[in-house]
Amino acid sequence: MRKSEQRARAEGRASVVPRATVETAIAVEHLSLGVVDGGLILDDVGFRLRPGRILALVGESGSGKTTAALACMNHLRSGLELRGGTVELQEGASRFHRKAVDLLTLSEKQMRQLRGGTIAYVPQDPALSLNGSLRVGEQIAEVLRAHEFGRNARERDARVAEVLSEVGLPSDSAYRRRFPHQLSGGQQQRIGIAMAFACRPAVIILDEPTTGLDVATQDLVLKTIYQLTTKHDVAGLYITHDLAVVAQVANDVAVMLHGRIVEDGPAEQMLRHPQHAYTRSLLSAVPDMQGARDMGGGPAVSPLASVRAPWDDGRSAATHFTADNTTPCADTSDPGSAPSEQDAAAGEAPAPTARAVTRERGAGGVVVPGQEHEPVVRLRDLRMAYGQAVILDGINLELEAGQTTMLLGESGSGKTTLSRSVAGLNDDYTGDVLLDGEVLAPSTRRRSNEQRRRIQYVFQSPFSSLNPRRSIGDSLQVPLQLGGGMNRGQRRAAVADALDAVRLGRSYIDRRPGELSGGERQRAAVARALVNAPSVLVCDEITSALDVSVQASVIELLRELQHERGLAMLFVTHNIALARHISHKLAVLERGKLVDYGPTDTVLRNPRHAYTRSLLEHVPTLEEVG
Amino acid sequence: MILKRLGVSVFVLLAVSLLVFVFTLLLPGDPAQAILGQQATPERLAALREQLQLNDPWYVRYLTWLGGLFVGNLGTSAATGGSVNALLASKVSASLVLMVIAAVIAIPVGLLLGTWSAMRQGRASDQALTGLSLVLAALPEFVIGVVLTTLLSTTVFRLLPSVTMAAPGTHVWDRPLQLVLPSLTLILVVVPYMIRMTRTTMIDVLDSGYVEMARLKGLPERQVVFKHALPHAVGPVAQVVAMQLAWLAGGIVVVEFLFRYPGLGQAMVDAVNTRDVQVVQALSMIIAAFYVVVNLIADVIGILANPKLRTESHS
Repeated sequence: MRKSEQRARAEGRASVVPRATVETAIAVEHLSLGVVDGGLILDDVGFRLRPGRILALVGESGSGKTTAALACMNHLRSGLELRGGTVELQEGASRFHRKAVDLLTLSEKQMRQLRGGTIAYVPQDPALSLNGSLRVGEQIAEVLRAHEFGRNARERDARVAEVLSEVGLPSDSAYRRRFPHQLSGGQQQRIGIAMAFACRPAVIILDEPTTGLDVATQDLVLKTIYQLTTKHDVAGLYITHDLAVVAQVANDVAVMLHGRIVEDGPAEQMLRHPQHAYTRSLLSAVPDMQGARDMGGGPAVSPLASVRAPWDDGRSAATHFTADNTTPCADTSDPGSAPSEQDAAAGEAPAPTARAVTRERGAGGVVVPGQEHEPVVRLRDLRMAYGQAVILDGINLELEAGQTTMLLGESGSGKTTLSRSVAGLNDDYTGDVLLDGEVLAPSTRRRSNEQRRRIQYVFQSPFSSLNPRRSIGDSLQVPLQLGGGMNRGQRRAAVADALDAVRLGRSYIDRRPGELSGGERQRAAVARALVNAPSVLVCDEITSALDVSVQASVIELLRELQHERGLAMLFVTHNIALARHISHKLAVLERGKLVDYGPTDTVLRNPRHAYTRSLLEHVPTLEEVG
Repeated sequence: MILKRLGVSVFVLLAVSLLVFVFTLLLPGDPAQAILGQQATPERLAALREQLQLNDPWYVRYLTWLGGLFVGNLGTSAATGGSVNALLASKVSASLVLMVIAAVIAIPVGLLLGTWSAMRQGRASDQALTGLSLVLAALPEFVIGVVLTTLLSTTVFRLLPSVTMAAPGTHVWDRPLQLVLPSLTLILVVVPYMIRMTRTTMIDVLDSGYVEMARLKGLPERQVVFKHALPHAVGPVAQVVAMQLAWLAGGIVVVEFLFRYPGLGQAMVDAVNTRDVQVVQALSMIIAAFYVVVNLIADVIGILANPKLRTESHS
């Protein structure tokens, strides 16, 4: 490197150091973006990113939040065009521009100097965004090289090690020589964060960085992000649709709907006193551990007694990120803290005598927990193994009419295998599945028509479980056709009824899946399971591909259907926050073993297994407003 | 993992050898008759059959033949009575020269043009190249050969020889100019596929999350393409290159015939005409071995280019 350049950089750095004095790092004003020759994606969007603070940009898929974030780096995905507005990088934020500069007017080459160095990006899915053919250490080092960080290779090397330990990863050379596929999802995401923080950026943009991570890893990643932005005075933009995450990391919130910002303000105020109707609906869609709120418009199935939503009464909840708290969320995540914290996630738990039973609100069909029910399906000592690997290890489980059992576990815990065994889609198990006391054949092919009809299965992804070439009506009448005994007209009538039942309406009968949104498709998939009036519904992660607010409406639908039809449901999920909203009983599965099983309220109050306790500790809730 | 591929390759070759042997048995004609001609006496035919071990059961003959293959003895030519090895040595090397020239030029050209085209996706230059490669891919090799001959050798310009001359005892590469037209034809046949496949693969790769990430990290475009994108295209493209190279071994028959090039292809045509079963068998095995080896190399390259597969093969 030339001397003059070196000097220029040193001077640049010197002017960057007192960043805290700069009030705004990036100011976005009147930003409008559209599809080439098409409609607007962003409509007059404006927000400010301030050093040491994180702004959460909240909205559902398709609301334009990722587009807005990438516009902060002057990066437009193909097919998009700028319609107006400015993205101003304030003076002092970058060594390349002494004065404030509008990023949208910079050349590609000038932008390249800023990207990754001054403005860094953490992608949504590290599995897709880390390069599988490069070692992780090299992927961090190349950012440093591209932005001429440090004087020589040795200094850059030291920085790679430093930033790795900052994000809580090992920094030895063996670890740096690993490839992304040799790391877990959480570690991959932290590599992504290390990459972004490597050059000590002024601004960092995080695009839903915790989607797809389990709650414990998510907790760790969020903590890392919060600590690094505060410690290094970085201005953060955090994109998400999950308000519970917002409560954990954000200082300010901007809510986006159809490309517009409908409401913004400090996080505390936004989460406690939302003004806009859309913000309220987003908030009510967030499942809470207490089951206090009427998620999706109906009361929770197993709510914790006498708790209410934080904004209902303005009751102050535990705040984890206060200005003087140097170790954020330490009180819920420190593994060595007192055993009493098993109740931490349940907030200020009232006396255990106040049973949920006393809170049967309105919906008379909500079945009272604790009451005796005849099991419809019973699993007796279900076992399965692939060679040495034990998938299911002696599962005993009962599904009762009118009751939902939540099967909770992380990927690889065996929960899908278990639910597929119930439905007869997996016939390699030993042990028995009993339907009304009768042992079922392992394979659905060997079960009788009647047995098949009575157990129905809803798949995880509404995007792949419906044949895109067939109309909804065609797809839905297949189970009836297989069952036989109905003519064309009767089948169509039954399908129309099922569509009504899932609140889609019979007008959907001739549409194709491509014309439906994710939530509508999942409703159609539920309708397919309902057409031949089953007694057992197995729902395999049916809300995990959906936005939070859509998830809320699907949960509400399931509760109503159960009330109307007395279905026994097995609700498979990795999201413990849904527990009180949908389930009467909770079964926690870890590595093929049921580690906790009982009425939802009991399990959540007195989790017996360490695994359940760790899940409860890490679940993000709205009560952690910072 | 590489060892497993190797084992599969050996198995494939054995299966091919069996098929080749059985099918050549089914061919009409009697090797002894072919060697001795129509006027041969029954006694002499019987004696020759005994000498050629034609009276043994087929599996004994197969195993003898297979054993010969292992030690590099391809048998005795029925047409000339001489060793097949001696007959084919010069032809195989002549063809090999042609294929190596074609491959050495076609592979880099195909990869570079394909990558370049992908980077300029949708622009005029990309569309022109895509269109041209489609036209070339659609033309049969003999049409390309004839057009090239007309253009460079006979009608328009008279720069290059259109027919190969190789007096006995000399090598084809003693006169390099006569290699130009046949190898150019082969190159023009295989390059379009390589361009198209590289382009398609690279467009996918350039659209991926890790390439967008590399750009958002502020890396120079050259580094984005060659360091982040190209390694991911190598595996799939190697498969296509292998298929094209393997095609060269067979497609060379037509091209060699067109330019009177004394290689494998011509030897094959001659052998079939004279019912020289031993030579047909040997040539089939050589071509099959070439296919298998080239595909094996592509698989190995695919494994080496993918750290995930590579690290699994270690454990």
